[in-house]
Parts: sequence; C-alpha cells; structure tokens
Amino acid sequence: MDLVIQVVVVIIQIAAVLGVVLTHVAYLTYAERKILSDMQDRLGPMEVGPHGLLQPLADGLKLFFKEDIIPAGANKIIFSAAPILVLVPALIGFAVVPFGRDSLQIGPIEITPYITDINIGVLYVLAFASIGAYGILLGGWASNSKYALLGGLRSAAQVISYELPLGLALVGPILLSESLSMKTMTEAQGGGIWNWFVVAQPIAFVVYMICAIAETNRLPFDMPEAESELVAGFFTEYSGMRFSFFFLAEYANMILVSCIAVVAFLGGWQAPLPALEFIPPIVWFLVKVYFLLFFYIWLRATVPRLRFDQLMAFGWKIMLPVALVNVLLTSIIKYLLN
Amino acid sequence: MEEKQDSVTRLDHYGEDDFEFELVDGKPKKRVEDLLLNMGPQHPSTHGVLRIVLEMEGEVIVKATPYLGYLHRGVEKLAENSTYTQIIPLTDRLDYTSSMTNNYAFVRAVEKLLQVEIPERAEYIRTIVAEMQRLAGHLFWLGTQALDIGAMTVFFYTFREREVLLDLFEMICGARLTMSYYRVGGVDRDLSQEVVDRLYEFLKTFPEKVDEYNTLLETNRIWIGRTRDIAVISAEDAVSYGLTGPALRGSGVNYDIRKAEPYGVYDRVEWEVPLGKNGDTYDRYWIRVEEMRQSAKIIKQCLDQLPEGLIAVDLPTITYPPRDKVETDMESLIHHFMIATEGFDVPEGEVYCGTEGPKGELGFYIVSQGANKPYRMRIRPPSFIHMGAFEHMALGYMIADIVTIFGTYDIVMGECDR
Repeated sequence: MDLVIQVVVVIIQIAAVLGVVLTHVAYLTYAERKILSDMQDRLGPMEVGPHGLLQPLADGLKLFFKEDIIPAGANKIIFSAAPILVLVPALIGFAVVPFGRDSLQIGPIEITPYITDINIGVLYVLAFASIGAYGILLGGWASNSKYALLGGLRSAAQVISYELPLGLALVGPILLSESLSMKTMTEAQGGGIWNWFVVAQPIAFVVYMICAIAETNRLPFDMPEAESELVAGFFTEYSGMRFSFFFLAEYANMILVSCIAVVAFLGGWQAPLPALEFIPPIVWFLVKVYFLLFFYIWLRATVPRLRFDQLMAFGWKIMLPVALVNVLLTSIIKYLLN
Repeated sequence: MEEKQDSVTRLDHYGEDDFEFELVDGKPKKRVEDLLLNMGPQHPSTHGVLRIVLEMEGEVIVKATPYLGYLHRGVEKLAENSTYTQIIPLTDRLDYTSSMTNNYAFVRAVEKLLQVEIPERAEYIRTIVAEMQRLAGHLFWLGTQALDIGAMTVFFYTFREREVLLDLFEMICGARLTMSYYRVGGVDRDLSQEVVDRLYEFLKTFPEKVDEYNTLLETNRIWIGRTRDIAVISAEDAVSYGLTGPALRGSGVNYDIRKAEPYGVYDRVEWEVPLGKNGDTYDRYWIRVEEMRQSAKIIKQCLDQLPEGLIAVDLPTITYPPRDKVETDMESLIHHFMIATEGFDVPEGEVYCGTEGPKGELGFYIVSQGANKPYRMRIRPPSFIHMGAFEHMALGYMIADIVTIFGTYDIVMGECDR
C-alpha cells in the first residue's frame, strides 16, 4: 500500500512539474516577444486576448493543426525521432531541481518540492543535456537538406565545445558544497547573499552563463539556427508539431539552465538576507530564474551574432582555459583552508 | 536506379554498383567533393531574389557564382515605347528603397539633352529630396545589414526614423514606396511649409538617433569581429571592378559625383566626403553612417538657403501649365493634354549622365532620335556592377560572411535586374 501511495505521489509530482514547466515555456515565448518589442519601440503581440495574453495558446493551436510534412528523401524514423530526442532531455532535467525548501505534509504522505534528490544530480543534468545534441544532429542529418545538415553539424561542434567549460564551471560549486546533489548544494548556500557561490566563484558563474547561452543556442551564439545564412538551421524542414517540439525544447532548456545557475550559484531558494526569509522560498527561486531569463532576452535585443569560427575559438581558447584555471585555484584554496 | 527515392533504400545499395571506386592499394580511393550550396532565390536574407551558388570546403567559400535576372522587368525595353514623362515612374521601380533618386538620375540625363536651366528653388528642392532619399536608403541599409549579422534591435530603430521620412515623402508626393516627384525641368509640386517645419524638427533629433545606433554597433566587439577585415577590396581592385559610392570610398578612393561634377546645389553647401582606409565591411559601414550625418547637414543648409521662385522651368514645350489654369482655361487644358499624351520631343543626340545615388553611381545613357520617346535607354545600376566584384570579395570567407557581403554592397535587386 505504501508503495502504491508513493508511486501515485511521484506521478502527481511529475505531472505538476511538467505542467508548470510547460506553462512557463509557453509564457516565456510571450515574455520574450513582449520584452523584445518594448526594447525595440514596438508593441509585440496585442491581438489575441488582452495585450495578446492568449498568444501562446493560439500559437500552440496553430502548430498543432499544421500539416506534418516529411521531406522527400528524408530518413523517416530518425526524422520523427529527432524532435523527441531533443525535447525529452530538456524536460527530464527538471526532475532533480529543488524548487523550494519545505515539504508538504498531508497525513502520512509527504510531498517534496522536488521530484527526486539523487546524489549525482548535477551529473545527471549534464548527461541528459548532451543527449539533446544528438537530436539536433540527427534531425539536421535526416532532413536531407544541406541547410539543415550544416546547422546540425554546427550544433554538434558547438555543444561539444561548450559542454566542457560548462561542466568545469560547475566543478567550483561542487567543490565548495562537497556534493553533487542539488539539494545539498542549495542548503550549503544558506544564511545570506554573501554565502552564495557566486561570491566565491564569480569566474565560474560568468563562464557558466556564457556557456549556458551557447548550450541553448541563443544569441549571440545561435549558430545552429542562424537564420540569416542557414534559413532556420537544423529545423528548416520541420513543420507543425515536430517543429514545435524543437521550439519547446529550446525554451525548456533556457529555463533548465537558468534553474541550474540559480541552484549552483545564486543560492537556489535561499533568501538574500536572513531578514527576508518570511517570503516563501519558492518565490525567491522563481524571482532568480525570471531574472536570468530576462537577462537572456535582454542579450538577444542587444548583440549581433558571432561567426562560427569565432565561436569555436572563443570556446576553446578562452572559456576552457579560464574554467580549468578556476577549478585548479578553487581546489588549491580549498585544500589550504582545510 | 529505378527504385523509389527513399534514403533507406539508397543506403542499402551503397558500395554495390551505384558507385564505381578507384582502387588504391586494394582499398577504395576516397572521393573528396566540395559542398555545393544553392542560396536563393528564396532565402530569408539574399536581399530579394538573388541566387548564389556556393562551392564550399566545409564552411569556407571556394567559388561563388551569382545568378541574376529573377526580377527582370525589362525597364530599358519598356522605356523605348514610353514618352519621357512616362519613363519617370518606371525608374521608381529600380532602387525601391530610395525611388526618387532614380527619378533624379533620369531627369538629369534628359535635361542634359534638352539643355534647360533649372530654376533656383527647384534645384534646392531637388537636392533636399535627394538627400532625404539618401537618408532613407542608408537607414534601410543599416537596419538590414545589422539584422543580417543578428543585431535585430538596430533594424527597428532605423525603421522608426525611416517612417518619419516616409511620412514626409507622402506629404511631398503622395506615395511611400514608389515615389515619383521629379519632372523634366523641375519638380512636381512645391514643398509646403509644413514639410519644411517637420523636416527641421526631424533634423534636430536625427544626429542623436545616429548616435543611438552607434552605441549598439560602433564599439561592439562582436560587430567589429564580424565586419572588420571582411570582404576586403583594395583601392586598385575597387576601381577596376567599377565600384562606386560607399563601396569605392570604403577603399579610400575619393570619388563622389556630388563633388567631382557638382549638380543640384551641392557646390553651394558645406559638406565632406567620408573616406575609409581598409576597404573592409566596417569601413563601408562607418562611411554610410557618416554620410547620413553629412546628408542631414546638407538638408539643413539647403532649407536655410531655400529661395522663393519657380519649381519648374518656365518652358511651355516641356512643362505643364499651372494646375488652376488647367481647370478654367481651355488653351491650358489642351496644352496639358498634349504634353500628357504626346510628351515632348528631345533633340537628337546621345547622353550619359551619372548621379550619386545612395548605392553608388546611377547612370542613364539615352539615345534620342529627336522623337518624344528615347531610341534606346541604358541604365548603369550600381548594384549590378557591384555584383561583378562579388566573387572576388567572397572567396576565402565563410558562409556566415556571405550575408554580410550582400549587405555591404547595399544590393537592391530591383535595380540590379532592372
């Protein structure tokens, strides 16, 4: 009986997290359009609902009813599997993110503010993030289009180049908290803003943010889908729901990397000052995530796109050495302090 | 291979009999091919219906062949069957980002044949409007070039200012896209006081707006990385490929028709020709931005000096009678009707006349046999000439630079394909 209740509780948790994440994804597209248009002296979506608030819903419906086209000469199985291969890893990472502090107690049932807390949480997220690159690469290859192929190749190169410094940047917080679990990592940063790892690890934070933008294919690193030269990159040939899967995955990834950044560097659900702890932890968590998401959108409105070779040079010649030196310094200081 | 075109089936047959392998040491020799990529005519950033076939080694371009003519409408041939006045609206469709410049270039060529003296006020108005067109053209260029490189915000900022100019054009001539304002011997109608006031108002804030675009671009590391040393062309090459306008001045060649053979009132106002050093995309960007400032300066001075007087030459054989007389006076009505239907005869001769457009030297070559229609008209569009240097400028750069290189010439296919 206990087992059954546990399984039901976990399923409810999964459904709730999925629901919340997908709603956020939908409204992130809306927020992006609104923030961009505000920065660019225009209105953005205004027609569907008050201030265009129902626009994401309309977009979703439109995509759902669009014709699903598989181009001639495409490899059907891989072409159909690729969008799923991109979306699932993006969503699966949310399983280990601790959204809040307190568990909800209903009788004997305890509902935790995270789906699970595994002791290799960070590794788990990184591992699944790499699988997403396969979806992009295979989608680009299976489309039987040169633009998609070039987009897919670029993406593979880009993700491999930036995954290394991304992982190395996370080594800093791991060393400081002496844990790979996201929950322990958050708890290690309690007691005020000066205890957040961003203070002790500013270099790692900057490296992480830059690599996270590259991982999610956002400007200025949106090479794989550089629309000015590659039309739409690896999803040029996709339409309808399959296209929307790629689209959802991109925004879900944005939220995921922001969540990881918040957990690893910005204290997770911890309040910045002990005096502010009366505000629920989940609110703090969301505020920090929204701030990072706003930063991404802001960046998109500001900078042009890098060229592919510049991006690779930047990744290997600057990001990787900086991340390595940071890991080395952190380890030495940590050893000396002990 | 008579099987259905399915890649799975094709894969199964690889290495059997579909391909013949040359054997080297008992192993099949590796075949190396360059990737052939067809870009356009339907592509989001080929600036209209330009088609380029690229041969690439990885992402590096080893051969680039432009295919032109997708927007060919036979303007030159149509002109042979139209009176000189009817040709003016045809020229609107050449460089549609600044249509009135084309009008200007055409009417100047005809006036050169007719040898008419343009009234002072008309010359000032022509210069003002030509410089407004240059602003509109350069704003369009800056926005699209930045958008191609990924800086989308600049695009909306430049179009905000372009909108003000388009509103003014609407007040001047009634249209926003294919504007037709210049007439042989003058202009169509007078500038109203409201236009003058609003133009002053626009010029007051315009330099700040240019600074605003520059804060996003001028010192941006990514922008510099994407434009510096891209599509470099030396001064000698630029001259021998026949580049003109900002593309030529970017390489440091001081040639601007407005200075070399002044027309309009360019010799009566103070302005400078910005020159580049390296002949790269960044220099051409800088020159166009600087030209916008200079154009604003020219317009300001012209407005200050704007004299009273006629807006078209007082020559009844080529200009319409005043509008109010046409509605009351029978002779004037007949006169108007005759010019509108039959046009006017142009003395026999040949003429070439180049005008400095936003994109470069826009030339019209007209052969007249004394009739009311040209025997032959040939247009020298800067975009077409610039396409000749495309491969020279594109070789060795990467596919991402291709869109930068399209942009740096400021290509408009309407003009290129005519």
